[in-house]
Amino acid sequence: MQTLLAWIDERFPLTKVWKEHLAEYYAPKNFNFWYYFGSLALLVLVMQIVTGIFLTMHYKPDTALAFASVEYIMRDVDWGWLIRYMHSTGASFFFIVVYLHMFRALLYGSYQKPRELIWLIGVVIFVALMAEAFTGYLLPWGNMSYWGAQVIISLFDAIPVVGPTLSEWLRGDFVVSDATLNRFFAFHVSAIPLILVALVFVHIVALHKVGSNNPDGVEIKKKKGPDGIPLDGIPFHPYYTVKDIVGVTVFLMLFAAVMFFAPELWGWFLEPDNFVPANNLLTPPEIVPLWYFTPYYSILRASVYNFFWIDAKIWGVIFMWLSILLFFFIPWLDRSPVKSIRYRGGKYKTALAIFVVSFIVLGYLGTKSPEVVSFFWVKNVYWVQAFTVLYFAFFFLMPWYTKYDKTKPVPERVTG
Amino acid sequence: MSKEGVNPRRRRLLAITSGLGVVGTAFAVTPFILSMFPSARAKAAGAPVEVDISNIEPGQLLTVEWRGKPVWILRRTPEMLKSLHDVDPHLADPKSKVVDQQPAYARNEARSIKPEILVMVGICTHLGCSPDKRLDAGTASGLGDDWKGGFFCPCHGSKFDLAGRVYKNVPAPTNLEVPPHAYLSDTRIVIGADKKGAA
Repeated sequence: MQTLLAWIDERFPLTKVWKEHLAEYYAPKNFNFWYYFGSLALLVLVMQIVTGIFLTMHYKPDTALAFASVEYIMRDVDWGWLIRYMHSTGASFFFIVVYLHMFRALLYGSYQKPRELIWLIGVVIFVALMAEAFTGYLLPWGNMSYWGAQVIISLFDAIPVVGPTLSEWLRGDFVVSDATLNRFFAFHVSAIPLILVALVFVHIVALHKVGSNNPDGVEIKKKKGPDGIPLDGIPFHPYYTVKDIVGVTVFLMLFAAVMFFAPELWGWFLEPDNFVPANNLLTPPEIVPLWYFTPYYSILRASVYNFFWIDAKIWGVIFMWLSILLFFFIPWLDRSPVKSIRYRGGKYKTALAIFVVSFIVLGYLGTKSPEVVSFFWVKNVYWVQAFTVLYFAFFFLMPWYTKYDKTKPVPERVTG
Repeated sequence: MSKEGVNPRRRRLLAITSGLGVVGTAFAVTPFILSMFPSARAKAAGAPVEVDISNIEPGQLLTVEWRGKPVWILRRTPEMLKSLHDVDPHLADPKSKVVDQQPAYARNEARSIKPEILVMVGICTHLGCSPDKRLDAGTASGLGDDWKGGFFCPCHGSKFDLAGRVYKNVPAPTNLEVPPHAYLSDTRIVIGADKKGAA
């Protein structure tokens, strides 16, 4: 065994990689609950790839066959229902885990210097994940698949001059059609997963270069022992591998509960309108994307007024893209001298709380018609407009409320 | 960057080679980009369609498919045509000033060749949903008792009148599109082609 390892090490840095990234990668000893979601995201990525490969063995990317082939997987393929529900449940859980992972970064300032690049790569991963989810959603060729794709591709139509050509290029046709389904299949099962895996690799390389942040936002590398090991660091393996396994166990229990007992989650994970085959002449009564897109969808339809000589439609599209792109700028919008929320003042805490509430309310209203009243006698479209303003305020006012916030002194070493 | 020991001739050749490499890459990428445009088959499938309109009763709407899109043919009643005057002040573009949305022969108040027959692409100009037909006026439409009849897009709440003209302050920017069409006889029309030829 030893000789084999030595033989490999002469040809490939196996022991070196093992030590650098696991056995001798020193992570802060005070990781808490919020630090589960990075490893869980990796777990879900692997699950999606594995279940996806097996679905590809039975699925047919052809408008005449696609819907029936999904039903075939559900009914005739041995255990096909399990693999498909694992994949559909995994899609929603991927977003739950990634949103919590991003929220962790907002809590503890994990995007601040020197971790700006980790954050930027992470936001690119998030955008790639949205593209992956969107292309995947067309594949069952249900009526919501069809009309959802129709609406989202029309967003490109709004771009002046090149818009219509660009959307024809994306669809490969004048409407969403067989050409569109076939290429979305190619993107979903090969192009985007390759990009995702590469980005996740780079995300981790960047993380291991600068080291993990922690709930105190203290740089553990500043206090090292005589052996050069950070005093507040513990080796990732076995300490955090074991901790993460606990997280994985609890996560899989929740996951299995949904997958076995409520895979549709009352329309939140699989929409009723998507159990009807695509019909290009009939829009579902209400076009609603899955829950993970609804906050941005709300922002898209918040805009109903033309101003500055630009159509309401184009403003809606601009605001929607902006609501996602603004995440890229957070490392430079945040002017606070401290990282962790533990040592920040009331201003940041309030702003973050308002942001989370806006995100959830926009997400909820994105599933409702803008014309009806969901709460307190006011039509949804006005609630959406109000919460869209709050959503953007989090980003645009960040340089001020973080700069003038009353911070507490940050300790030298991590606390408990 | 230190310029010491740099042979300017080799450096220049390197720059030229790299530049040519970029141009070559651009050429190599072009076929891949172009392969994603609508194929010859997709373009051919956009051929004009003929429709017999003799069976459409006044007030009734027929949906046909052209280029994969729903096309509505509505035979309007005299009351429906009258309502087009009444809604004028609530419309964003009552005179159909946005030229692209209809052929010149349909650029009139009823947005049609013959006033009673409306031919229109049933795709919302906002984000491409197909609006609901709320042809009847009044409360029964679910849009309030001042509704004069028209189309309502359930996705984002855009409203259109019975000539497909868009209301003010809704997300849709322009009137619904009237496709090129022509009368072959009193009872047959062709969609996707007119006297100027196929669209």
